[in-house]
Amino acid sequence: MTFAPKALLLLTVLGLAACNNPDKYGAGNGVVDPGGAYGDGGVSQGSINDPNSPAYFNQKIGDMVNFMVDQSTLSDEARATLTQQAQWLNGHTNYNAIIEGHADEQGTREYNLALGARRANAAQEFLISQGVAPNRLRTVSYGKERPLAVCSTEECYYKNRRAVTVISLGAGS
Amino acid sequence: MMRIALAALAALMIGPGLAAAQQGPLHIEITDGVIEPLPYALPTFVAETGDAGQMASDITRVIAADLSGTGLFREIPESAHIQRFSAFETPVSYPDWQAINAQALIVGGVSMQGGKVVVKFRLFDIYSGQQLGDGQQLAASPASWRRLAHKVADVIYSRITGEGGYFDSRVVFVSETGPKDKRQKRLALADYDGANLNYLTDSSAIVLAPRFSPAGDKVLYTTFETGFPRIKLLNVGNVAGTLLPEVPGTMTFAPRFSPDGASIVYSMEQGGNTDLYKMSVSGGAPVRLTNSPAIETAPSYSPDGSRIVFESDRSGTQQLYIMSASGGEPTRISFGDGRYGTPVWSPRGDLIAFTKQAGGRFHIGVMRTDGSEERLLTASFLDEGPTWSPNGRVIMFTRESPGAGGGAGLYTVDISGRNLKKVDGIGGASDPAWSPLLP
Repeated sequence: MTFAPKALLLLTVLGLAACNNPDKYGAGNGVVDPGGAYGDGGVSQGSINDPNSPAYFNQKIGDMVNFMVDQSTLSDEARATLTQQAQWLNGHTNYNAIIEGHADEQGTREYNLALGARRANAAQEFLISQGVAPNRLRTVSYGKERPLAVCSTEECYYKNRRAVTVISLGAGS
Repeated sequence: MMRIALAALAALMIGPGLAAAQQGPLHIEITDGVIEPLPYALPTFVAETGDAGQMASDITRVIAADLSGTGLFREIPESAHIQRFSAFETPVSYPDWQAINAQALIVGGVSMQGGKVVVKFRLFDIYSGQQLGDGQQLAASPASWRRLAHKVADVIYSRITGEGGYFDSRVVFVSETGPKDKRQKRLALADYDGANLNYLTDSSAIVLAPRFSPAGDKVLYTTFETGFPRIKLLNVGNVAGTLLPEVPGTMTFAPRFSPDGASIVYSMEQGGNTDLYKMSVSGGAPVRLTNSPAIETAPSYSPDGSRIVFESDRSGTQQLYIMSASGGEPTRISFGDGRYGTPVWSPRGDLIAFTKQAGGRFHIGVMRTDGSEERLLTASFLDEGPTWSPNGRVIMFTRESPGAGGGAGLYTVDISGRNLKKVDGIGGASDPAWSPLLP
């Protein structure tokens, strides 16, 4: 295998590139994301009792809505959560959000990516309908790649079928 | 990339007047029925130079692993052999091999010549008492010794089955470590049998579903390195990658090459809706192939490039459809109970492999291109993502186990549903793509 040394060399370069260019929507820039794909970034969330804090958004309002199997329809409960998310975002225009769509493991990889995108989009559309400016929102799907719960029963699957609104301090909005 | 010099790959006659027996009685028909593996004898290849002993032994063992690993052949242990070969040219004593019920005998020699490993071999049909095909001689650098063994095994497999071989091939896949909720993924490459494992990326971003180019020199895959799923084209030789052009605000995934290697078909998601598109490998605007509010994904070309099979949930659940490679109205081909996804057209053109979900189980299956003769080959908690061996006889796929401690591995099964095996030596792994036979 004559390419092995080359591969090693290139991996080193890739590693450096990754350090210089941290995931711009990941946990590296003040994102507070307990339900999201990367977990809590270790950045202070403030107090859950402070209505202006990310902790309040994530935990009091709830950063997450769940879905039925194969569905991207918003339940009444999900709409109620998203309504409060929208109100908070409308009152805190210095924050932007990435909405992550996720699926449980009971599905093929590609389909779950597309399904997660449907869920993220459903949440995004609802937030926009509640007055959040579209240019503050973006969606991404992780398919079944980042489950929140790891058991293989419906209890965990329900938690994993989710759309998570991951807020971050946005520049210039 | 593999600086291999198969100096004399073309058949080289060894010894005069040994005519090829094209249709000898030594033959396995690979059918759906259960077959009795064909017993063969493979005496350790003769070391023809003093420094070739280890190489001769190693090469012999890889040939045996290839042949016996198919489930079509059964090796008769060397301890049972009566005749011993002190030289490659030693005449075969057929009664000695008939006495231990060998049907095939492979005799070989290995030497080191000018920094290269040289292997020569002959295949004998014991019951008809003659050589099957010409002797051959192959040479390569010592680092590529496993490829030499695979090439020899491919020739033997082909002569006995009448099918193309598949041992001298590789698999690109996603290497997985860590628990389910923090899984680390990186692109990896290994020989089809799990040997020669190499990593093509680090694990700083999620990577998914790599696919080989028809020549095996490039790989398309999906990466989250920008924070969003995007398609990257990787040159396997120098591990240099390029992100394909992006339409802002979209996700792109599930790429696959056209059979001529010139185009890429893939899924693009926009506003929550996923459709199929294609683009030229050299760039240019994406061409839309489907236009429906349903999910269209997992496209795969027919070997002649004229059609595309894909999955869509336009009927309400995931099902398989075939359309012209230029788009247009698709025809549904899957009608059984359950959901069908990840269709892959066989390299022979006759079958489509797929993932099926039914009754809470996952299956790998095959069907004809009109949807008839569906056969499920596997069943487990989670099987998915089939890929075809270069000869269209074996399918590799991902099997994941349930629960918090669950992990993924690569498995193979032949298209009759027999010989289910794990690919060893590569650790946690998913999303395999089998290369064409190496040049």
